[in-house]
Amino acid sequence: MTMKRRTMMKAAAIAAVAAPSIARGQGAAIRIGEINSYTAQPAFLAPYRNGWNLAIEEANAAGGVNGRRLETVFRDDAGKPEDAVRFAGELLAAEKVDLLSGGFLSNVGLAIADFANQNKRLYVASEPLSDALVWGRGNRYTFRLRPSTYMQAAMLAEEAAKVDARRWAIVSPNYEYGQSAAKWFKELLVRAKPGVEFVAEQFPALGRIDAGATVQAIEQSRPDAIFNVTFGGDLTNFVRQGNTRGLFEKRFVASMLTGEPEYMDPLRDECPEGWVVTGYPWDQIQTANHRRFRDTYQKRFNDYPRLGSVVGYDTVVSIVAMLRKSGGTDTEKMVDAMKGLPFESAFGEGPVLYRAIDHQSTLGAYVGKTALKGGKGTMVGWRYADGARYLPSDDVVRTLRPQG
Amino acid sequence: MEFLAIQFLNGLASASSLFLVASGLTIIFGVTRVVNFAHGSLYMLGAYIALTIVSQLPRDPWLYWSGILVASVVVGLVGVAIEMLLLRRIYQAPELFQLLATFGVVLVVEDVALWIWGPEDRLGPRAPGLRGAVEILGQRFPQYELLLIAIGPVVLLLLWLLFTRTRWGTLVRAATQDREMVAALGVDQRWLFTSVFFLGAFLAGLGGALQVARAPTTLHMDLDIIAEVFVVTVVGGMGSVPGAFLAALLISQMHAFGIMVFPKITLVLTFLVMAVVLVVRPYGLLGRPPTHPRAAGLARAQPIGPAPRELRLVGLLALAAAAILPPLAGEYALIMATEMAILVLFAASLHFMMGPGGLASFGHAAYFGVGAYAGALLMKHFGAPMELGLAVAPVAAGLAGVVVGFFVVRLEGVYLAMLTLAFAQIAWSAAFQWVEVTGGDNGILGVWPSAWARDRTVYYLFVLALCAGGTLALRHAIHSPFGYALRAARDNPLRAEAIGLDVARIRWVAFALASAFAGIAGALFAYAKGSVFPTYLAIPRSVDALLMVLLGGVETLSGPIIGALAFHGLQEQLVRVVEHWRAAMGLAIIVLVLAFPQGIAGHVRDRWERAR
Repeated sequence: MTMKRRTMMKAAAIAAVAAPSIARGQGAAIRIGEINSYTAQPAFLAPYRNGWNLAIEEANAAGGVNGRRLETVFRDDAGKPEDAVRFAGELLAAEKVDLLSGGFLSNVGLAIADFANQNKRLYVASEPLSDALVWGRGNRYTFRLRPSTYMQAAMLAEEAAKVDARRWAIVSPNYEYGQSAAKWFKELLVRAKPGVEFVAEQFPALGRIDAGATVQAIEQSRPDAIFNVTFGGDLTNFVRQGNTRGLFEKRFVASMLTGEPEYMDPLRDECPEGWVVTGYPWDQIQTANHRRFRDTYQKRFNDYPRLGSVVGYDTVVSIVAMLRKSGGTDTEKMVDAMKGLPFESAFGEGPVLYRAIDHQSTLGAYVGKTALKGGKGTMVGWRYADGARYLPSDDVVRTLRPQG
Repeated sequence: MEFLAIQFLNGLASASSLFLVASGLTIIFGVTRVVNFAHGSLYMLGAYIALTIVSQLPRDPWLYWSGILVASVVVGLVGVAIEMLLLRRIYQAPELFQLLATFGVVLVVEDVALWIWGPEDRLGPRAPGLRGAVEILGQRFPQYELLLIAIGPVVLLLLWLLFTRTRWGTLVRAATQDREMVAALGVDQRWLFTSVFFLGAFLAGLGGALQVARAPTTLHMDLDIIAEVFVVTVVGGMGSVPGAFLAALLISQMHAFGIMVFPKITLVLTFLVMAVVLVVRPYGLLGRPPTHPRAAGLARAQPIGPAPRELRLVGLLALAAAAILPPLAGEYALIMATEMAILVLFAASLHFMMGPGGLASFGHAAYFGVGAYAGALLMKHFGAPMELGLAVAPVAAGLAGVVVGFFVVRLEGVYLAMLTLAFAQIAWSAAFQWVEVTGGDNGILGVWPSAWARDRTVYYLFVLALCAGGTLALRHAIHSPFGYALRAARDNPLRAEAIGLDVARIRWVAFALASAFAGIAGALFAYAKGSVFPTYLAIPRSVDALLMVLLGGVETLSGPIIGALAFHGLQEQLVRVVEHWRAAMGLAIIVLVLAFPQGIAGHVRDRWERAR
C-alpha cells in the first residue's frame, strides 16, 4: 500500500542510467524546470513525480520532440514561495531551462506565475488550485492544468442542489483554498437553490484541527447537510471523530477532493459512506487511454496511480503536445501554442484543452459517492465531470481576469 | 447547556493530549535549561513506533496498551541517545546554543521518518474495548476521549508523587532551582540529566502513542505541535508541571469555546492567550523567577574591543570581492549574493539584540515581514515606488518594535523570546487572514524594484551598499556609548541601574533599532523576490535567523555575518544537490555544533587568540 521510498529511488536510478541510451536525437535537449514542495507535501508529490517521469520516458522513447530529448531539472521549494522564486531564477539563469512547471501550493504557484510574467517566460502550473492563478492575477505566460477550486466547488454545488437539504454547515481549512471553496460553494448553491441557509461555519487551522470540538460545534447547529473542504490529516481526524459521534448519520455530505486516493486511502475502513465527492476512482476507469496508463504505471513503479500521478503525467503530455505544435522553444511561440492547445489526458475522456480566454485547462474530475468495499474506501456511481462545463461564461471570465 | 458541558469535555480531552507532551518539555527545560526543539519529533516518533507495533498485534487490550508503553520507552531511549551523544557535549556553550543542535535532530528525524514510514498519512487501529461512544447528556461522546480525560490528571499525580516522594524527584526539583548548588553538593549531574531526558522523551512518546487511536499519524506532526507545546510550557511557567497542566487546560478550553464565537480565530488563539498571560505574569502562571537570571553561558562573554587589523583587512577584502562580483559571476550567483547580503543584515539585526543586548527573540521575522509588507502594501494600495517603500519600511518595522518592545523588555530569557514569538504570530495571522488588505496567504504580487534598479547587477550593488552599510552601522552602535550601556544592562542589570542607566529604556531602544534594521532587510527581500507572503513573518524564518546567529557565534560581532553566509549557502547547495537534503542539513548542523560550540566565528577567534 505505502509507496516505498526505496522503490522510487531505484526507479529514479534506473531512469538516470537508462535515459541517455534512448533517443539521442540531434539538437540539444529541451529542458523543463520543475519546482514543487517535495519535502512539504510528499504524499501527493511522490506519485506526481512518478507520473511526470513516466511521461518523460515515454516521450523520449518515442524519439523526443522534433528530434530533441526532454530533460527535467527538479527543485524542492519546501513549501516556501520565496524559495520557489529563487529556484525559478536559478533554473532560468544557471540551468538554462526552456520553460517552468510545477507548483503544489497556491501561493507558490502565484509567486512563480508572477515571476514568469515579469521575466516573460512560460510557466505551466500543474497543481495549484487557486482561482487567482488564471483569473484575478492571470497573466499571458501562465497556464494551469488542474480543475480549479471554483470548478470543483461547482461540481459539488450541482450535486448539492439536487438533494432536499436546507440547513448547511461548512467545515474548511483556514487559508485561501478553504475560504474560496466555501465562498464559491455558497454562492453557487444559493443561486441554484434559493432559500438554503448556512447555519454553521468552522475554519480549523490547516493541519491542526481540534476535531472533537469542531464536530461538536457543527452538531450543535443541527444542519441537514455538510460541505467539507478539509483534506489530509485534518480530514482523517474529522472523520474519525464524526463517525464516533454520529455526526454524519442521516446527513448529506459533499466533500472536496475526498475521492482522491491520496486522501481517501489513509481513511482505510473509516472511510464514510455516501458522501458526494470529487476524486479519482483509479481502479474503475476503463477508457483505453486510462487502462494503458494504469497498467504501465503499475508495472513501472509497482504501485497504483494516485491523482498526483495523473497530474504529473498530464502536465508533461500537454507540454509535449505544445512543443510539437510550437516547433521550438521560443517563449512567445510556446505561449501562442498553449492557447487552445488540445491534448489527451490519462483519464482518456476525450480531448482536453487549455482555454485561450483564461489559460485554464478543461481537465475535469470524477464526481461520485464514497463507499466501503473490502475494508477500504472507493467511489461508486461516479461520472466524469468535464471541466469545460463547470466554468463561468466567457463574459464573466472577462470580468474576472485582467484583460489586455 | 448540555452542549456547553460536552464542549467542556472536548476541551479536557485536548488538554490531556497537550499536557503529556508539554510536561516532558517543561521537565527537560527545568533541569537542563535546554530548549528542546526536537520534542515534537519525539512525539511524532512515539506515534509512528506505536502505530507500527499495535498494527502487528492481535486486537487485545492488554497487548495494545503494552505496545503503547513499549513505544514510549523506545522514544525515551531515543531521548537518552540524543542527550548522551549530542547535548552532553555542549552544555557549556552559550545560552540557547543547544537549540541549534536539537534543530538538527528535527531535520534528521523528518527524513528518517519519511524513509521508514513513507509519505502517506497512516491511520492506526482504534483502541480495543474503546472503539465506540457513550451517551452523555443526550450526546454521543467517544470512550477513548473519556480515557484521555482521565490520563492527564493521572500522569500529573504520578509525576507529583515522583517529584515529592522519591530521592530522584527531590534532586530534580533541587536542580530545577539551582543546578550549580546541586552539583556542588556532589550529585552526579550527568546521570541526573540523562534520566531527566529519558522521562521527558518518554512523556513525549506517550503523548504521541496515545494519538494513534485518535488521529492520523503524519509527517507534519512534529512541527504542528511544537509551537503549541512551547506555548503551554511557557504559559504554565517553565519547569512547572502543574503549570503546564493548567496552561494546557486553559488553552484547550479557550479553543473549544473560542471556535463557537469566532470560527476563524483558530490560527492565533493560542498565541493571544500566551501574549496576555506573559504581559500579566512575566514568568507564566506558576513559574518563578530564576534564582540566577543570567546562566553560566554568558558570564564568559568578553569585553568587546575594536576589531584587530587582520580582521578589518579580511572584512575589507570580502566586501571588495562582493563589490566586483557582478561581471565575474553568473546571473544566478547574483541572485544568491543578493539574498545573502540581505540575510546578513537580517542576522546582524537579530544579533544586535541577542548578543550585546542579551534579548533572544523567537519572533524576529515579524519585523522583517513588517518591512516587506510596508513596501508591498504601499505599492499595492497607493502605487508607491520602491524608494518610498524602502524609506517607510524601517519606520514601520521600528514602530512595531517600539510597540512590542514596550511589553517585551521587562521579561527575561526564554519568556522574553516566547513573548516576541507570540507577537510575531499575531502579526503573521493578521497578514494571513486579513485577505482584503494583505491578500491573505496568496500574498502581494508585482512588488518589483523601480526601473533604474531592475537590472540584477544594479539591484545587487544597491542591496550590497545598504546591507553592508546597515551591518556596519549596527557594529558602530555596539562600539558606541549606547552599546556599552546595553552590554552593562545585559551583564548586570542591578549595577547598571545603580550607576544611573535606565535598563528597560536602553533595551527598548535596542529592540526598536534592531527591528528597524530587520525591516530594511525585509523590504529589500520583497523587492528582490517581487512578491510578499505571510511566510516572510512565519516561525521558520524567525528560526532561520536564530540558527544563523547561533551558528556564527553569538559572542562575536562577525558571528551573524559568518552564520548567515554559512547557513544559507549550505542549505542552498544541499537542496539542489541532495534529495534527502533535510537529513544532510541536519547532520551538517550537528557536526558544526559539535565542532564549534562557540559558533564558527567564536571558534576562529578562540583559535586565533590562543595562537597569539
